[in-house]
Amino acid sequence: MSQSVGINFKKSSIDALIAGFMALILFGPIVGVVLDGYSFNAEFDKVAWMVLVVIIGRFAMSSFFQTEKGIAMAFRYANSNDGATVLPPGHKSKMVWIIPLVIAIGLLVPFIASKYVLTVVILGLIYVLLGLGLNIVVGLAGLLDLGFVGFYAIGAYGLALGYENLGLGFWSMLPIAALMAAIAGAILGFPVLRMHGDYLAIVTLGFGEIIRLVLTNWASFTHGPNGVSAPMPTFFGLEFTRRSRDGSTFHEFFNIPYDSAYRYMFIYIVLFAVVWAVLFIKHRLVKMPIGRAWEALREDEIACRSLGLNHVLVKLSAFMLGASTGGLAGVFFATYQGFVNPSSFTFFESALILAIVVLGGMGSTLGVVIAAFCLTVLPEMLREFAEYRVLMFGILMVVMMIWKPRGIVRVTRTGFAARKGVVK
Amino acid sequence: MDIVLQQLVNGLTLGSVYGLIAIGYTMVYGIIGMINFAHGDVYMVSSYITAIAIALISALLTFLGFESFLVVIIGTLFLTIVVTGAYGWVIERVAYRPLRNSSRLAVLISAIGMSLILQNYVQLSQGANQQGVPTMLTGALRFHVGDGFVQITYMKVFILIAAFAGMGILTYVIQKTKLGRMCRATQQDRKMASILGIDTDKIISTVFVIGATMAALAGVLITLDYGAFDFYIGFIIGIKAFTAAVLGGIGSLPGAMLGGLILGLSEALFAGLISSDYKDVFSFSLLVLILIIRPSGLLGKPEVEKV
Repeated sequence: MSQSVGINFKKSSIDALIAGFMALILFGPIVGVVLDGYSFNAEFDKVAWMVLVVIIGRFAMSSFFQTEKGIAMAFRYANSNDGATVLPPGHKSKMVWIIPLVIAIGLLVPFIASKYVLTVVILGLIYVLLGLGLNIVVGLAGLLDLGFVGFYAIGAYGLALGYENLGLGFWSMLPIAALMAAIAGAILGFPVLRMHGDYLAIVTLGFGEIIRLVLTNWASFTHGPNGVSAPMPTFFGLEFTRRSRDGSTFHEFFNIPYDSAYRYMFIYIVLFAVVWAVLFIKHRLVKMPIGRAWEALREDEIACRSLGLNHVLVKLSAFMLGASTGGLAGVFFATYQGFVNPSSFTFFESALILAIVVLGGMGSTLGVVIAAFCLTVLPEMLREFAEYRVLMFGILMVVMMIWKPRGIVRVTRTGFAARKGVVK
Repeated sequence: MDIVLQQLVNGLTLGSVYGLIAIGYTMVYGIIGMINFAHGDVYMVSSYITAIAIALISALLTFLGFESFLVVIIGTLFLTIVVTGAYGWVIERVAYRPLRNSSRLAVLISAIGMSLILQNYVQLSQGANQQGVPTMLTGALRFHVGDGFVQITYMKVFILIAAFAGMGILTYVIQKTKLGRMCRATQQDRKMASILGIDTDKIISTVFVIGATMAALAGVLITLDYGAFDFYIGFIIGIKAFTAAVLGGIGSLPGAMLGGLILGLSEALFAGLISSDYKDVFSFSLLVLILIIRPSGLLGKPEVEKV
């Protein structure tokens, strides 16, 4: 690395030409020939542009990786896989003011934001909840769960169908849905968790699809693709509607004019409290033996088993906790939309939640919160790029795995120092 | 009785196509131990290329002033296999090779990303609507069974012949040629193979190209038979082909073909006799059951985990 390296432009040019040729084969038919019935429209100018971009990009990349900086960078990529950044012992974060600040801003949001902004933020918070749930499973325990949306659906349909068939409201379904999702997680997880990691991914994927297909096809119970309506939350029995069937509504009780935004404000505040509760529980769990066991199992399963960890129980606890968080998120989603149908629970949703965890950093709570907001709020703001959303997620996942497999926000740990009086 | 026989015929053709796609999963898993999640979408891309090739070649033939089924079929097969093979190569080069020494989780997530990219890329460039190809081969063989009859379209006969020919050629290449020996050596012990002078990176690329080629063959056959497809088909058929690969024993080439046939037959029988709404649920449940009861599949060897 120390000797100065010149850029071999001949090599770069050859690389660029090969890349351009491949781009021509790849993009030529799919982009250049757009099917129109049984005939086609030729759009070769688009192909020419794409090939040109690939050639220039490959040339620049090839040249860059021949410079000293590029070689150093490539070397770093090949070796960037350590678990966490360790802070010095007794390290006190200078960011202690940030949590009260975020809580204060968060509590102000419903009173200053417009109804539209509020709904977007609620959606963002629902994804924060989903991200936190999946983060326990994928980030901490290292179990790739591709059917997470199944637990989300159980929560959402739990509320809608529980209300329709049993008359259970939002508040009673909130704990029941979390429990139901956790039980579903246990039923799925128990036989599956003994298997190899990749198989787990496929089985959970199959599970998510089975849930969706059953919801679509079991029309007599779930009303199939038409969906079911879900109840709104109540404030100590007071409804957030203009007129109540029982006679007591929120605005009449407090003698204020009716506003449809009250409902979203209330959902927001409850959701905000639940997200903080989950954050707090997760924060504590990670420091407890069970949290340490999850992470140890993620890093080396065989070593953990030889040290006597019951790998099935440890994994199962992560799986069930993650699932119950997903169930909670589902209840909020159903009440927020007022309506659920199977098309909200496709594999794409699972992939989006996974993208949140991957982007935020495996196991990092802060990263997941930031990523959840970025991936749900940004597409709302950039409506004109909406159709490129999935493409962006895909590119993001590939690039992140190559560039920073541990996510943007690295997990930090306070270092360990021997207590006074302990022999060193 | 005639329904059972008819469904057996349908299942056999469907199963042979599942087998072709399963080969891609099983060979890649055998050689680098990863589930190539984007393989189903490679199949989807090949369906589009089939339709594009048919449109292009038909337009060319009309321009030249003659008509020939054989030219269209052979041209389409050739074009589709070349372009889809290129997709297989590039996907490996871009999304998997930089992660050769990363954790399995990282490679799997990268593969899921690749799958999303392919789906959205095709959707953006070709539109979200369902596309189709004209019917090229009509007519059928009919056998009377009792009161009813069993119908085997010429297209189904063509699918069976082409699928088994493809599998036969692949088996020959893997078992008898130098390239096949290199593939098998790399599969058994990558490090040792590279010490003995095999360029394992090149062999891994070759395996991806072979997998994509088989998926392309399947894509041409299914597209010609069903006629309609969209950008989302790769997902379901990908999981089913993966089920077939696991059923036969992942890593085993004959296992993939056998698994494909068994899955195709049982799914067709389930759809014909019990419920066609739940046939996908049946396949997924079968996958879950196999993985729980016998994760090494029918012809696979149990995997030993080493430190």
